[in-house]
Amino acid sequence: MTSQGSSGGGNNPSNSGAKSTSSPVKRREPQVQRAAVALPPEGLVLAERLPERLATHKIEVGAAIDEVVCRVPADHLVDVCRQLKDDPTFGFDYLRLLTVVDYVDPDGEFEVVYHLYSMKHRHKMMVKIRLPERRPSISSVTGIWRGADWYEREMHDLFGVEFEGHPNLVPLVLPEDFDGFPGRKNYPLNDYEEW
Amino acid sequence: MTENAAPTNMGSTITQVPNPEPGTVDMMVNMGPQHPATHGVFRMELRVDGEQIQDLVPHIGYLHRGSEKLCEHELYSQIITLFDRLDYVSNFNNELVIVSAVEKLMDVAPPPRAELIRIIMCEFNRIASHLLFYGTFAIDMGAITPLLYNFRDREKIQALFESVSGARMMHNYFRVGGVKEDVPDDFESRSLALCNELEHGIDETDRLLTGNEIFLERTSGIGVISGEDALDWGLSGSVLRASGVSYDVRVDEPYSRYDELDFGIPVGSAGDCWDRFYIRILEARESVSIIRQAIALMEPGDTMAKIRRIARPPAGEVYAHCENPRGDLGVYIVSEGGERPYRLKIRPPSFCNLQALRDLTVGHYIADAVVILGTLDIVLGEVDR
Amino acid sequence: MAIEGMEIIEGKGNTPAQSPFQRSGVPGVITANADQLVALARKSSMWPLTFGLACCAIEMISTYMPHHDVDRFGIVTWPSPRQSDVMIVAGTVVKKMAEPIKLLYEQMPDPKWVIAMGSCATNGGPYYRSYSVVMGVDHLIPVDMYVPGCPPRPEALMDAFLKLQDKIKLDAREGKVD
Repeated sequence: MTSQGSSGGGNNPSNSGAKSTSSPVKRREPQVQRAAVALPPEGLVLAERLPERLATHKIEVGAAIDEVVCRVPADHLVDVCRQLKDDPTFGFDYLRLLTVVDYVDPDGEFEVVYHLYSMKHRHKMMVKIRLPERRPSISSVTGIWRGADWYEREMHDLFGVEFEGHPNLVPLVLPEDFDGFPGRKNYPLNDYEEW
Repeated sequence: MTENAAPTNMGSTITQVPNPEPGTVDMMVNMGPQHPATHGVFRMELRVDGEQIQDLVPHIGYLHRGSEKLCEHELYSQIITLFDRLDYVSNFNNELVIVSAVEKLMDVAPPPRAELIRIIMCEFNRIASHLLFYGTFAIDMGAITPLLYNFRDREKIQALFESVSGARMMHNYFRVGGVKEDVPDDFESRSLALCNELEHGIDETDRLLTGNEIFLERTSGIGVISGEDALDWGLSGSVLRASGVSYDVRVDEPYSRYDELDFGIPVGSAGDCWDRFYIRILEARESVSIIRQAIALMEPGDTMAKIRRIARPPAGEVYAHCENPRGDLGVYIVSEGGERPYRLKIRPPSFCNLQALRDLTVGHYIADAVVILGTLDIVLGEVDR
Repeated sequence: MAIEGMEIIEGKGNTPAQSPFQRSGVPGVITANADQLVALARKSSMWPLTFGLACCAIEMISTYMPHHDVDRFGIVTWPSPRQSDVMIVAGTVVKKMAEPIKLLYEQMPDPKWVIAMGSCATNGGPYYRSYSVVMGVDHLIPVDMYVPGCPPRPEALMDAFLKLQDKIKLDAREGKVD
């Protein structure tokens, strides 16, 4: 769903042609395979229920290995999350993880990923939204799961994503005067420096 | 810090204090980052009224080493080294998370013997970690003796680890597809003997602390968190189970060969410091039983699956998690089909558990804040990564 | 109890036992270089600051515990920098922690010594390329002893203590006392 490499034909020299000249870096591996999807039974049920329950929110439902993945438009995030928590069919009362992935290709986007789990139904899913890299800003979900508090502060530190409505979006893991967003792909690895 | 209510003639304008009672102002107390009771480089700012805590602001990041960024530039086999150093009290458990995530992504199953070796090592490490918890927690409350006995037992566990992996702490023993090499010949007999000694050691700690009246006074009813709040904060591990939520990854989403083993999950009811402590005593006893069962199941065989030496998982994304001594440690890997992950994010259990500290401590005394922090059992290497 | 050729009066009640120096052939007065004599006292009673940063702290605690027991070298751990004279930097030094470490070092009274324990404190170790790690604590404070290992075994830390004792003794002999 996310990678552009799945099409990836143009790397054995015989049929390289136009593609290899357009990309200067030649990849050595013959073909990028995708991990197989095998949803557990409760995941299959969830994948069926999600589109019918959340029909008004323009969601896309997919899967990654054993988890249901639900893509949500950024402006619907809070409504969808609220419903996922409150609707007894879903009952996602536990936010396992909140993270940001920086996709450089094709045109610089951040993907915010929410890993949810339901203690009642024992099922799990991922909610994903895409943000432009220029001014990444998204509503905070701290009102829904308080556990999102530090995750959002950390992601604000490392990626510079603004979480609107977060009560206290101040630096958490980095010093106050740190310059730049080290989580991003364009932030270089350090070389030896005098301190 | 009382304000004098009597008017003074220090200035030209005398402000009459409206309340004739002597008023008090709150005081700020800074604890850490170098403080023996904060278990590492954790800092908290306390606003106290006398001895009572009005507000608490935790500050972390004094050990933020940028592990996740480094992991994106390392081979999958090299990441294991960095995972060892996350939660440095339970190294094997950390290794299990990363190797099982990569195995899940590659759809590789390690040989049955390797799975059992992993389980045995992880459970020994859980006991070692809990032993450290009993000791440091007792020290937080002024009892220094248990730590000395617990470290005696920890040394024995570390000696066993050394005979298996060659290192006392940072093992780098689990590999994608199995373990580095088979265990030594006397491993089974040695482990069983160690199990007996550990059982004795856990009982000893139990006897030393559990019935003690001061200990009970200091822990029961302190730092109570309800099950709903605990879920809302995203707590996990013993802290969540003490609040009455039965959630253990080993049972709810069984990984490795935990589904073949018979063990109980201790669940508390009050959600106070006492429950959080005693659950860990019971958990360590369950771990001893798991080790015994796993050794009985062990059969000779391979310890490494037939895969290429440098793991190259397919493109995709995976979330794998395991039950760490501190809670639900997870890892989210986005792979683009290379030898290195595109993005790697760790779900640190201590980080989530620590978030609830403010809610737990406000209204208690300063000495209780230390006890509550002790029961959360944080490891800063994992909080800050 | 009597030693041959030496009559020692045992202590009774509040009266302490007689020193063997008073009755034996050992003279009652020793002349020595004052610096060396003070160094002897300093090296025999080092008080390291209880200060764990990361993974190495666990092995440092192991060293203090009964199995390894550094108390027998006169090394007693102490949680306040104002009364301690050895600082063990046990773990990764990150940039956010740099200022507190300097502050702790400055709070310790002279003379003071620093042991950089483990590869992180020595040169960054496994976090060599990280954006937030100081490449060795010697960028912040002077270091006397470097202990290799990740983490070093308790025996290695004990060896560092013994070498530091030698260093204190030799520095006094060569007149390098602060």
